Amino acid sequence: MATARRKPRVVEVEEAEVPAAQLLQLYRDMLLIRRFEEKAGQMYGMGLIGGFCHLYIGQEAVVVGMQSETIEGDSVVTSYRDHGHMLACGMDPKGVMAELTGRRTGYSKGKGGSMHMFSREKRFYGGHGIVAAQVPIGTGLAFSHRYNEDGHVCLTYLGDGAINQGQVYESFNMAALWKLPVVYVIENNRYGMGTSVARASASQDLFTRAQPYGIPAQQVDGMNILAVKAAAEVAIKHARSGAGPYVLEMMTYRYRGHSMSDPAKYRSKDEVNRMRAEHDCIDQARKRLIDGNMSDENALKAIDKEVKDIVAAAAQFAQDSPEPDPSELWTDILK
Amino acid sequence: MPVEILMPALSPTMTEGKISKWLKQEGDSVKSGDVLAEIETDKATMEVEAVDEGILAKIVVPEGTDHVAVNTPIGLIAGEDEDAAEVARSGASPTQPKSTPAQEAPVEQVAATKPQTKAPAAPASPHVAPEPELEWTGKTEMMTVREALRDAMAEEMRRDKSVFLMGEEVGEYQGAYKVSQGLLQEFGNRRVVDTPITEHGFAGLGVGAGFGGLKPIVEFMTFNFAMQAMDQIINSAAKTLYMSGGQMGCPIVFRGPNGIASRVAAQHSQCYASWYAHVPGLKVVAPYTGADFKGLLKSAIRDPNPVIFLEHELLYGSSFEVPVDGDYIVPIGKARVARKGDAVTIVAFSRSVMLAMEAAEALAADGISAEVIDLRSIRPLDIETIVASVKKTNRIVTIEEGWAAMGIGSEIAALIMENAFDWLDAPLRRVAGKDVPLPYAANLEQLAIPQVADVVAAVKEVTYR
Repeated sequence: MATARRKPRVVEVEEAEVPAAQLLQLYRDMLLIRRFEEKAGQMYGMGLIGGFCHLYIGQEAVVVGMQSETIEGDSVVTSYRDHGHMLACGMDPKGVMAELTGRRTGYSKGKGGSMHMFSREKRFYGGHGIVAAQVPIGTGLAFSHRYNEDGHVCLTYLGDGAINQGQVYESFNMAALWKLPVVYVIENNRYGMGTSVARASASQDLFTRAQPYGIPAQQVDGMNILAVKAAAEVAIKHARSGAGPYVLEMMTYRYRGHSMSDPAKYRSKDEVNRMRAEHDCIDQARKRLIDGNMSDENALKAIDKEVKDIVAAAAQFAQDSPEPDPSELWTDILK
Repeated sequence: MPVEILMPALSPTMTEGKISKWLKQEGDSVKSGDVLAEIETDKATMEVEAVDEGILAKIVVPEGTDHVAVNTPIGLIAGEDEDAAEVARSGASPTQPKSTPAQEAPVEQVAATKPQTKAPAAPASPHVAPEPELEWTGKTEMMTVREALRDAMAEEMRRDKSVFLMGEEVGEYQGAYKVSQGLLQEFGNRRVVDTPITEHGFAGLGVGAGFGGLKPIVEFMTFNFAMQAMDQIINSAAKTLYMSGGQMGCPIVFRGPNGIASRVAAQHSQCYASWYAHVPGLKVVAPYTGADFKGLLKSAIRDPNPVIFLEHELLYGSSFEVPVDGDYIVPIGKARVARKGDAVTIVAFSRSVMLAMEAAEALAADGISAEVIDLRSIRPLDIETIVASVKKTNRIVTIEEGWAAMGIGSEIAALIMENAFDWLDAPLRRVAGKDVPLPYAANLEQLAIPQVADVVAAVKEVTYR
């Protein structure tokens, strides 16, 4: 039987060439997500965050690289592992953290929680808790872009666990049929909850699922921010040109459990440690910055501090804010 | 300043746990992400990672200790510029200043939120019925329900460029039931979109388009097929306004024939009114007359909320006088008194109104004056109109094609208990589809669905005749 240790097959793509300032920005954006998620994990441990809480630690390069190639007005939708996406869309860490703690200053006034946040302003359309339900929704957002001829694209993120849901293929079909401006980003972190891709998917190169629909697709090293960025540029350009959808399979890895209460017995510690030690997206970017003389320890330390302060302020805000007023129980049911 | 490591809650239900193993020892340096210890929760053994960097200065709770309450300090981390030995000596004193804001988690505050405050009462009347539409004195025209629906869509599409129609066979084929006849020719394939047979997909696509600012009309060839799309309708369309704290909302109409048809057996004959009416965040409409089909569909398209618009295959060819004015609309949430009477109230919706009217006619011949209420809207339900009628007649019969169990009649029964118990002179009776999957054989089918005679019999029961 196939085991979970199967090495991901990554088609090498070219890396984007970016100036130092841009790589520093990418590094900072990834670090913000990392520190934010660590803090969220800690606050969950303290009982300040309840329910389900799915952390993005390890996968930061995917959303940061993808979003770095979007323009204002492009839309984004994802599943419930969504904190990183919100930060990468420019949403306020305070509002995100306050939603995690269920406070009135949260993005959903405390009524959505970790899995359900939105920002019309940033064109972030959730935050959806049903595996793969965001895929037709993202396809519909793309439909609205095409209908309005506004030149925008929708980035629709899904996990390897979602890839076997029927509605993904219903969406691929319609997007290809109508040439909708959508980029489907499969974040293949190798486990749908506790089930490895090998145990769930008859064909394990998930990007090939796009082929029957004639959708161009590519597998990308999702731990390498510059590879993600290069692939994002190609895919988004394709979708924006009116040529139809594009599928990217990002080979990535989550360090933490599926949710906070996952003891992660389905994979070895060695596997996790190896990924962290050898492939960590932030370490790689940091090394590149130092080795390439694009930055120095002091500058990176300053970024570390800036990020830590933002996260600390968000955590404080999320604890100081009051809970929703009881009257909110009855609001926002109908417009 | 040193940072306390607190015993973490590692599942939503964990209140205490056991420190099975320390993986870092006193004096070890730690950086964020390092595994510090293994902890047994109520569910599993979990690893605890460091969030802060520094030196593990002191292990406060040794490994092997069980029943350690969540949020108890279990260790101390000294910062880079601190003397770990000094930190260790000072210990985890409760007066120790805590370093990061998160560490200062007001545990008491969390606890304080636990005792549930009493839920506020629902708004006095969760639904205040809108004013009834004015009696239409303008021009009308005899037309079929099918034509009334088509005109409603065409008028709204002319009025608002963001309205579009999508579904199976709505365009080239001109509608599986010819409801969308001529729309493709007038509006083109950008706004009249033929979909593949892919209900789950196009319902979700419609919801996304609604989030994106469009106003989709999603036609299901019949509501039986909408079962495939139930998740998108309920989890995505109905709940997102609430889950987003009012930011999002989805202006969308899901429409198509609902209820019994003719000899098409169990999978193609079913009433979904109570299924959708169960869900907060949806409006559910099921008209009977041509004028109501037109006026309510126009209201539904203009409504900023998801609306389930239940049509009826057996009514598409029925003709009614219908206002031809483009401004004619019927408010959602208001029942219509279809016939006045004072001896019994018959409540019906959709095609069942026809049975009610025929039964009322037959009862009149027997000297029983029945008042017929056409609900038109199932959610919000116009309970005021029903209660006002029951206070006059003191007797009530409900009709629906769906199964009685947990149905619309059951809901009305409950509401009458709560709002008009003292006015009842007889128990409410429900006339409903029999509690079986709808059979194919002509005789069995007729036995399974409500008939005029069933309504007459039920009325005679509640009037003790």
